[in-house]
Amino acid sequence: MTIFGYLFVWFTLLLALCLQVMPLPDAWLVWRPDWLGILLAYWCVAIPQRVGVIHGFVLGLMLDLIEGAPLGQNALTLSLLAYLFLLLYQRFRVYSIWQQAVLVFVLLGIAQLLEQWLRTIFGPVSVSLEFLIPALIGAALWPWLFTMMQVLRRRLGIG
Amino acid sequence: MRPIKPLFSYGPMPTYRILLCAVLAFGLMFAEHRFSAVEAARSHLTSVVAPIQWLVSLPSEGMRWGAMAVSDKQSLIDENQRLREQLLTLSNRVQRMASLTAENVHLRELLNAPNPDDVPYITAELLSLDSDPFTQQIVINRGRRDGAYIGQPVMDASGLIGQVVSVSAYTSRVLMVADANHAVPVEINRNGLRFIVQGTGQLDTLDVTSVPATADIREGDLLVTSGLGGRFPRGYPVARVTTVQRESSQAFMEVAAEPVAQPERSRYFLLLFPPTPPSTEGLDGAERIARQVVWPGDPAHPNKGQISEAGLTAALKVQEGSESP
Repeated sequence: MTIFGYLFVWFTLLLALCLQVMPLPDAWLVWRPDWLGILLAYWCVAIPQRVGVIHGFVLGLMLDLIEGAPLGQNALTLSLLAYLFLLLYQRFRVYSIWQQAVLVFVLLGIAQLLEQWLRTIFGPVSVSLEFLIPALIGAALWPWLFTMMQVLRRRLGIG
Repeated sequence: MRPIKPLFSYGPMPTYRILLCAVLAFGLMFAEHRFSAVEAARSHLTSVVAPIQWLVSLPSEGMRWGAMAVSDKQSLIDENQRLREQLLTLSNRVQRMASLTAENVHLRELLNAPNPDDVPYITAELLSLDSDPFTQQIVINRGRRDGAYIGQPVMDASGLIGQVVSVSAYTSRVLMVADANHAVPVEINRNGLRFIVQGTGQLDTLDVTSVPATADIREGDLLVTSGLGGRFPRGYPVARVTTVQRESSQAFMEVAAEPVAQPERSRYFLLLFPPTPPSTEGLDGAERIARQVVWPGDPAHPNKGQISEAGLTAALKVQEGSESP
């Protein structure tokens, strides 16, 4: 992979990070898809030999700093997410795109669940099933995102 | 010729990496909980991501600017009119306030009570709302460089917003009173009864905890900071009581209140610098009394906490007086 390829990967991941922390009206917050999660998942599936757990850790740490979460909370969640996708990417590639979306929902949901657990460790929070909504919307976006990123990646010759 | 790419290839051993990352992450979380050095490191690291915070605040800034640029003349005139009226009301109030303050000072002098300080402040602007739906925090554009510190009270035009919980070089993060992790000591403006107000996680509801069933608290009562606990200065409005549920079988009432501050509408905030009592640790005798005599000093006096000549003389006199007879 060329330098340009690495730059492109980091550019898309940072873009996802920006989308993830973009200020939104309060009522819309729970409806924000898990941008960082699905982008990271995409790169883990597309070029597992280049992008993986460490990427998740670094991005998670940045997210912690921006969100003011306990340092390491999102880092752990995102590195776990990357790890799960690295474990499953062989199976993942032979699935149809809708099956992929379902699997994305399950894995993002697991990551979000872990995040909720960590939250409850660190302080009182109001717990509800709402935390699954970002995973659901992320999964719904997956087919489009995946197709678009594949086209982009092939055209740029990355991987 | 390019070598044939293997069909399936792992990066180097993801299992070891995830174990390493998990250990690191738990280590960080634990260390942050226990050691203050990590907090300091964090505030430096936060300066690194400040560009991203600034970048993501651009679209809403642009929207605001755009809305201003395309808004028609009529709405601008209306707004101008409204602001003028508001200005008139406020300046009227300020004038009354001046005479009332003078009267208050005078009465306090008659009673020999110490005068409350004017609290110095700096203004701050909203940088970003919290992107996390499960906590209530905001980020403002004042940081360590501007003198912001952890625990500093933050106000908006109408009431208490919350307190600063982390500070980086140019930004700081404010925990709002509505966060489930936040509590503030208050008193009822009407009769001075003291309570604790706790956040619920919802912006428009606060809990007034441990209210005895016999307490004199009514719907519509204004709750102001009581100044107990030493973090928030006294007398700033926090919330208005919305519901009081009295059940005869219970020893405590369920009281809910609504914050008077409008964090979802305000863009500008005040960071207060409440005067801290100067440290009297390690001092005794006249010097200690002198420090307490100086406190509470007037904010115009920049060397607050240092011993003033007058204070020391007064203290020495007090001491002589108590020793000689």
